[in-house]
Order: sequence, then C-alpha cells, then structure tokens
Amino acid sequence: MSKEWPLWEVFIRGQHGLSHRHVGSLHAPDAEMAIKNARDVYTRRNEGQSIWVVEARHITASSPSEKGPLYEPSESKVYRHPTFFDIPEDVGAM
Amino acid sequence: MNTLHEFALRMGDNVLVLGHRVSEWCGHAPVLEEDIALANSALDLIGQTQLWLGLAADAEGSGKSADDLAFLRDAWDFRNALLCELPNGDFGQTLMRQYLFDAWHLIMLEKLTSSNETRVADIADKAIKEVSYHVERSRDTVIGLGDGTEESHARMQAALDYLYPYVGELFVSDKVDEAAAKEGIAPRLEDLRGAYDLAVAETMSEATLKLPESEFAHKGGRTGTMHTEHLGHLLTQMQWLQRAYPGATW
Repeated sequence: MSKEWPLWEVFIRGQHGLSHRHVGSLHAPDAEMAIKNARDVYTRRNEGQSIWVVEARHITASSPSEKGPLYEPSESKVYRHPTFFDIPEDVGAM
Repeated sequence: MNTLHEFALRMGDNVLVLGHRVSEWCGHAPVLEEDIALANSALDLIGQTQLWLGLAADAEGSGKSADDLAFLRDAWDFRNALLCELPNGDFGQTLMRQYLFDAWHLIMLEKLTSSNETRVADIADKAIKEVSYHVERSRDTVIGLGDGTEESHARMQAALDYLYPYVGELFVSDKVDEAAAKEGIAPRLEDLRGAYDLAVAETMSEATLKLPESEFAHKGGRTGTMHTEHLGHLLTQMQWLQRAYPGATW
C-alpha cells in the first residue's frame, strides 16, 4: 500500500454560483478529511457555499488521442446552433 | 480588582500565546494541507486575541491598546494557562495540545454566550464558530494518529502523558474566577469539568489512548504566579520587533 494519501479533486459552489466548479486538488486520508482540507485550502477567502470532493481515481476521463472521433464530427454541424431562427422584434431580448 | 479586565486578559492571553505557538508551524507542517489548516487556526486565534485584549484594554481604561498588551508586557504579566505556552514538539504533540485546549475552549465559549456582560457574549458568539471547527479538526487528527500506526500511537500517547498534567489548571478557580462567576461574567470553571472529561474520555477511547490516572496539575500560568521557562523564549520571538523598534508600524 502506498504511504501517500490519495489525491482528491475539489469542487466548490461559490456565493452566487449555481453549479460546483473544479477548483483544484489536494491530498487527504479519507473523504471527511478531504472536505476539511478543502475548506482550509480553497475557501479561505470566503469563496464557497458548498464543497464536493471526489477521489481522483474515480474520475473517468476521455482520452486526448480520441479527439478526432469524439469532437470533430460536431464541428461541421452548424445547424445544431440555434442561430437560424428569425426572432420577431416584439419578443425583445431573450 | 477589575474583574472584567482580568478575565478578558486571561481569555486573550490563552489565544495569543497558543496562536503564536501554532503559527510557528507555518511553512514546516508535514504536508501542505495541514500547514494551511494550522495557519488558519493560528489566524483565528490571533483574531480572537484582538477582541479579548481590546476588551481588556477598554476595561482597564488606561488608554492602552490590544497591541500594547500583546507586545509590551513581560512574561510575569501574562495570564495564559500553561498548556498554551508549552512547546510544539512533534506534529502529534501540537495537535494533542490543540485538542486538549479546543475541547475546553468550546465548552467555555458556549457558557460565555450567555454572559451578562454583552461584550463578552458578543466575542464568544463570534469565536464559537471558529472554535467548533478547530475542535472537530484536532479531534479527528488525535483519533487518526492515536488509532494509527504503532509509531503514531506511541507518539500520541507520549504527548498525552506529557500534556495532561497541564489540563487541570483550566478548571481551578482563584479569586478572579470567583468574582467573574459572581458577577455573571463567566461560568464557574469547576462546572465545566464534567462535560470536558466526558468529551475527552470519548475521544481518547476512540483514539485508543489511555488517559493518565494522576490528578496532579501544574498551575501558575492563569494567575501569573509562575510560567514555564518556555514563555519567555516565545515572547522574545513574538515581541522582538516592538522591543527593538518601539512604535514601529506598517
């Protein structure tokens, strides 16, 4: 077993934010201490209303080498952007 | 005797001296996360110091500031409990000292929120949120290290054996404490012992650590009769700038 504490990714919902955002990572022996450490490392300047932590090894990431098949097909599909509709003037700003 | 002044001085010196001790870890803790956490705690304690010593200065009415009290008194005028001035030792000893103090501090502040001196109740109200977190953190660490490896367990037991004889002082009243209780400023210290013993016994049992049986208690810090040799050394570090450059500001 490794002597290092596992790595945790930290997500914080800010004062006015609706969603949690990734703010960084840290080491901690367990989830409870990871929350405490996140509180001490990432909310010192009153940044947060809510903290999520997740052990980094539980995150599945897409592979950079699959960039082509994953993302390129959507580049050529401009009709997926809702920019082709005429909005009547009296609707106003949306 | 100016009871409010004396009482605020004792509360303020506890957090000033302990806050300075904890700040000595800044840049030296075993991992970055603990380093920042300790620095946060130290800053909380120094923040509370400003309130308590500010109140002590006001109550004295001699025109002194909280800074004057912190930086221009010598060891024999300090009124902190001896526990707060003991050296950091290893990380385990620091956290054990922190827990033994935090557990008392929280119970004390809970009582102080209903002090009939509103300035005292206001400080307690503010400090209690910080201290609730301190005790949660120090308690978890004491349990984690006590019930950890053979090495960490042995170090935590040694820390407890060394520090526990300094706990008793927190519960021994003298005439200042009796006057503070009588005037409704503070609770009777003896009345805090039951809740403290219960909390500490539970933590130590979870930490698989054995509380020393001896009731012997070092004292003399809170009354100023006799501090340990460690306080003077701490003050040379904490006060050197104001001593070398009187009145310096930045």
